[in-house]
Amino acid sequence: MTTTVAPAIEVRDLVVRRGKREVLHGLTCTIPAGSVTGLLGPSGSGKTTLMRAIVGVQKIERGTVTVLGRPAGSAVLRSQVGYLTQAPSVYADLTVRENVRYFASLYKGVSTADADAVLESVGLADHAAQLVRDLSGGQRARANLACTLVSRPTVLILDEPTVGQDPVLRDELWRQFRALAAEGVTVLVSSHVMDEAGRCDRLLLIREGTLVADQTPAAITAATGTTDLEAAFLHLIRTGQTVMSA
Amino acid sequence: MNAKILASTVRRVLSQLRHDHRTVGLLVVVPPLLLALLYSMFEDSPLVFQRIALVMLGIFPFIIMFLITSIAMLRERTTGTLERLLTTPMSKVDLLFGYGIAFGLAAAVQASVACAVAYLFLGLETRGSVGLVILIAIANAVLGMALGLLASAFARTEFQAVQFMPLVVAPQLLLCGLFVAREEMAGWLQAISNVLPMTYSVEALTEVGRYADPTSTLWKDLGIVAGCVVLALVLASATLRRRTS
Repeated sequence: MTTTVAPAIEVRDLVVRRGKREVLHGLTCTIPAGSVTGLLGPSGSGKTTLMRAIVGVQKIERGTVTVLGRPAGSAVLRSQVGYLTQAPSVYADLTVRENVRYFASLYKGVSTADADAVLESVGLADHAAQLVRDLSGGQRARANLACTLVSRPTVLILDEPTVGQDPVLRDELWRQFRALAAEGVTVLVSSHVMDEAGRCDRLLLIREGTLVADQTPAAITAATGTTDLEAAFLHLIRTGQTVMSA
Repeated sequence: MNAKILASTVRRVLSQLRHDHRTVGLLVVVPPLLLALLYSMFEDSPLVFQRIALVMLGIFPFIIMFLITSIAMLRERTTGTLERLLTTPMSKVDLLFGYGIAFGLAAAVQASVACAVAYLFLGLETRGSVGLVILIAIANAVLGMALGLLASAFARTEFQAVQFMPLVVAPQLLLCGLFVAREEMAGWLQAISNVLPMTYSVEALTEVGRYADPTSTLWKDLGIVAGCVVLALVLASATLRRRTS
């Protein structure tokens, strides 16, 4: 591993307030390019808010978020950052293929053939002509993912992409994320299940709007003297210890 | 603005409409049915029918496109597709014009069918051309669409969005000169009527009924309607926020 690669994402002292509640309290982290970083934490810990801030759709109170050297949300980043929302943001009254082709058409140099290839890669080729509203929850989530992957972004922000997928498919999706990272894509994946954490290069563990760990899975288990990440996370919460990058 | 994105957005909105057979059916069938109803109601006073039917040809597209657009845009907002679109290279203008062109085309079909029925089967006669009637109907549809886009920003649910219909449509319908001639209204009602866009589209339609050639009043009225469309679109565009709390 080289340490000279410029980080793809840099978050500094980020404070976000939603309504009266402060959701993120001065969060700082960097995410290296060409890696898969897992963002883990319980529901309501601020995962989605952090992701939204990185995509540039979240109003922020203080701090800076830099993506590929530019302020998050900059116009030039719109063709480079792909965002998968947790709830499927696809048109229920269009077919799967129409959805993916439509989102493909919004980007330069993405063809309808690319759209069909993405459908294949998320296992929806057989359902391409079906209306999204007639799909199961898991299929709908994959249609949603296809619409994000189709733009071939350099930075991929995925909010719980594997929820409700069967184990075989989940495994395939994770292989895809790894393959994308190998090609240089920076992938940030949120999850609230720990068994996916081991497949990440680095982990960000977040609890109540504060990072409690920012390290490789191996370093986190080693520093906490535990054997699995579930136990490591519990240990960090109970002892108040943090495991941050050097 | 990007021609490719605009074209694919028009196609997308029309595809959504196409998959909804019932809405397409209602869109095409309801205006002729209501015109036929009017025809039967005023069988003994054909002049009244002539006047009302002509105005209705402009009012139907306004009401229907207002409803359809406010619901469609509300869905974009609540399902997250709007937020997703705003994270892509698409500009707001592409989205607004995409809706405008798609629903304008739908309105053209609707107005053509309604006019065909009115002129061929119900004996509607105008001194001016049917083409102008269709043009005014399309302008009204686009106005309804623009106001619908704007209204969707103030509704959280489809229930609320539907409630905006009487609020936006009823005053315009009552004060446009159809029920009481504008000259006979109290001064303050006339003043309100003067700032409501439908007043001008109704006046334009009446001009088509009266004169063989398009009058300057007609073009002025159409200009005012177009101005209102632009104003509503600018305001609607301000409600499309890329960054939310």
